[in-house]
Amino acid sequence: MVLAPGDEEETAEAILAANAEGRPLKISGSGSKANLGRPSIGEELSLRALSGVALYEPEELVLTAGAGTPVDEIEALLASRNQHLAFEPIDYGPLLGSQAGRGTVGGLVAVNASGPRRIKAGAARDHLLGFRCVAGRGEIVKSGGRVMKNVTGYDLSKLVTGSFGTLAALTQVTLKVLPKPETERTLLLIGVEESIGLSALRKVSGAPLEASALALSPKGAAPLRLDKNAAAIRLEGPEISVAQRLVDLRDLLKPFGGALEILDVVRSTALWRGLRDAGPVAELKGQVWRVSVAPSDGFAVVSALRERGTPILGHFYDWAGGLVWLCVQSAADAHASALRSVVDRFGGHATLIRAEADVRAAVDVFHPQPPTLAGLSKRVKESFDPAHILERGRLRAEF
Amino acid sequence: MPLLMPSPEPEILARRDELLARLSKILPEQNIIADETARRAYECDAFTMYRALPLVVALPDTVPQVQAIMAVARELNVKVVPRGGGTSLSGGSMPLEDGILLGMSKFNRILEIDYENRCARVQPGVQNLAISRAVEHAGFYYAPDPSSQIACSIGGNVAENAGGVHCLKYGLTTNNILGLEVVLMGGEIVRLGGKHLDSEMYDLLGLMTGSEGLLGVVTEITVRILRKPPVARGLLLGFASVEDGARCVGAIIARGIVPGGMEMMDNATVRAVERFQPCGYPIDAAAIVIVELDGTPAEVDHLVGVVEEIARAEGATTAKVSGSEAERLQFWAGRKNAFPAVSCIGPDYLCMDGTIPRKRLPEVLMGMDELATKHGLRVANVFHAGDGNLHPLILYDASKEGDSERAENLGADILRLCVAVGGVLTGEHGVGVEKRDLMGEMFNESDLAQQMRVKCAFDPSGRLNPGKMFPELHRCAELGMMHVVGGALPFPDLPRF
Repeated sequence: MVLAPGDEEETAEAILAANAEGRPLKISGSGSKANLGRPSIGEELSLRALSGVALYEPEELVLTAGAGTPVDEIEALLASRNQHLAFEPIDYGPLLGSQAGRGTVGGLVAVNASGPRRIKAGAARDHLLGFRCVAGRGEIVKSGGRVMKNVTGYDLSKLVTGSFGTLAALTQVTLKVLPKPETERTLLLIGVEESIGLSALRKVSGAPLEASALALSPKGAAPLRLDKNAAAIRLEGPEISVAQRLVDLRDLLKPFGGALEILDVVRSTALWRGLRDAGPVAELKGQVWRVSVAPSDGFAVVSALRERGTPILGHFYDWAGGLVWLCVQSAADAHASALRSVVDRFGGHATLIRAEADVRAAVDVFHPQPPTLAGLSKRVKESFDPAHILERGRLRAEF
Repeated sequence: MPLLMPSPEPEILARRDELLARLSKILPEQNIIADETARRAYECDAFTMYRALPLVVALPDTVPQVQAIMAVARELNVKVVPRGGGTSLSGGSMPLEDGILLGMSKFNRILEIDYENRCARVQPGVQNLAISRAVEHAGFYYAPDPSSQIACSIGGNVAENAGGVHCLKYGLTTNNILGLEVVLMGGEIVRLGGKHLDSEMYDLLGLMTGSEGLLGVVTEITVRILRKPPVARGLLLGFASVEDGARCVGAIIARGIVPGGMEMMDNATVRAVERFQPCGYPIDAAAIVIVELDGTPAEVDHLVGVVEEIARAEGATTAKVSGSEAERLQFWAGRKNAFPAVSCIGPDYLCMDGTIPRKRLPEVLMGMDELATKHGLRVANVFHAGDGNLHPLILYDASKEGDSERAENLGADILRLCVAVGGVLTGEHGVGVEKRDLMGEMFNESDLAQQMRVKCAFDPSGRLNPGKMFPELHRCAELGMMHVVGGALPFPDLPRF
């Protein structure tokens, strides 16, 4: 049976009752991310009905919507006023084997979605101005506000973003929205070694070029499918500015060798949509990891894994090398210990994004934490949900 | 209503000698300030209305010392108030008579600058501006620039989630830090984030930022550094009415332009500034707006043209574009001098910090005028127009009987007005003790109970910076058992301290 409250009050009643009986609940929107994270247990609590944009004021750069509102609907509304969600949230659908374009805005916040523009514009965490929710005791709680600058009380927006519903059921979110850049172009640096391409990207990121995305696509990878590696650099802004920066960028890249190619708006948009949705690994058969490290460590992580003989089927780099997507040959432990020991050597974290449910139940999907931090995280969880009824097991086996 | 702090606990005061003895085993003698005259220097931060003499001031310079102090504090059940540069405008580091004031000023080293990963690891006592100074030769800077940046510390910036004039485009402190090392009450240490982005599990890095020293003591920070834009140009716009100015700001953003900075001042401030140090502001304008555009030369030139055109269409009576770097800095000079200039006509002022939806500005300014008249005081306004952060400066004379109290009451009324139009109590100065008793204007009991429960997850004994942020103190056990119905507590008449 699915619990399907019609509004926030009914959501609170459902959670209050579940809390009293210690009955676990799985929170869902459209279900597009049901296979992300550890498998949780419990009755389904669908927030689908909490849908609709309650407020959109383009001149104030703010939008408020029910947690169950489809992201597609929000993006279309923003586009009609030349605005967008600047954090470029990934659509997990294609990667997780479901349709594209099904996610809800609550889900996007719950997983702290981001995309290639993360390096310049931030992730969902940087755009959630405020929210309403029902915490594990069945209490309706609000935090933050609808203004850009607010330090009144703890920044609980940061806590609920990326919490996978384990702290509270979000009922309404308020997001900062931003003007869409007037235009974009992408410059490809083609035919360089991975390490050279990545140092070119780091060089660009330290130059006054305001690049909004920096990725490296190995040869053969979707959606480019070139027979050589390609470092991709996206420039956005007014036409006149993009044109000038392209000239500067060409100069900067000369010492790295390789051929240069400019992608026009249409091809540039298609490339970054593909990379945003992890296209190069999504189409491969195997388990998928997402690794976040310092940009200069991305290549070293992949090299170290290769040396250890981890069977990598495909990979690519985003965030100038700071984000590594890997597809590995399926195994019962998803090669977790190899991944974790390599990442721990450099500092960062590795998340198992795509694997069979029994694998996600058996290995730590999220990077293990040292005992003090793990204890603190558990106490934070219990401060919202003392009976562990919300998304039990989703982040950690112990809660 | 005068501000009440938790009354000093006699059993702690009685054990002061024992505490000093324990501290002397942790710190060298010169790092412990026990003498009353020397302690006086720490009796307040930049919120000077209320003062208290700390029980003792401890100035550690190593992380193990901080851990040991926190362990002793827990063992002896003594309160701890962390302090950075002491520039809080909300009393965030106001001492307690029965608490250790933990001064972090000796943590003043930049530990590492990593240009390749565009970040720097710094100690919390490093001044905000010192970070930019350390990397400027390579063309980089640290973006958040609170106006106290020559004095405030980066640790304090983290505690208060400090902003500045460039927030709309470059974000607050929370958007510009990557990692923290934190010592918890009791002495345990946690590392959050690092040089990578978005640590998974709960975003405690984000939670710590802006937690006003109530959750832990920050001992190391990894900040992002950004490449300095090649050029910046300013526009000085004057308007015949505040409404025109506000409409122009909205029109610029509606056109898809996010300026590096966008500041507004009302006529009272403009006149004060021009009397203090003339910098060419039109003194007959009802409001002036300074717009700064930064980026590559072609982009900036293009956008300056667009903004000028918008300003004229919105009825600007003055529209000057900076022709040189000196002229751009001159446009800013008046804004940067606004606070001292206003204090010359004050003679004292109280700086408020609400944020409002920008389009409500004209009615809020009008409402503020009415409130000021009612309280018999004057208000000058400085406004981070891009992000809606309002700094009304309430002018009063502390030497006049009852004036301070009138100023406080007017401030509270102004903040209530901000909340009533959909805004918030504080945009960048923090709640501290100053706005503590107004928290109920924005949050109901359920909202506050959840925040206090988060505090309990970090500091179950409630010994870290108590008396700040929350209008009531509850024991953690009580909060854990409590169920708040319909946003109201079962015992609404519990005494406020």
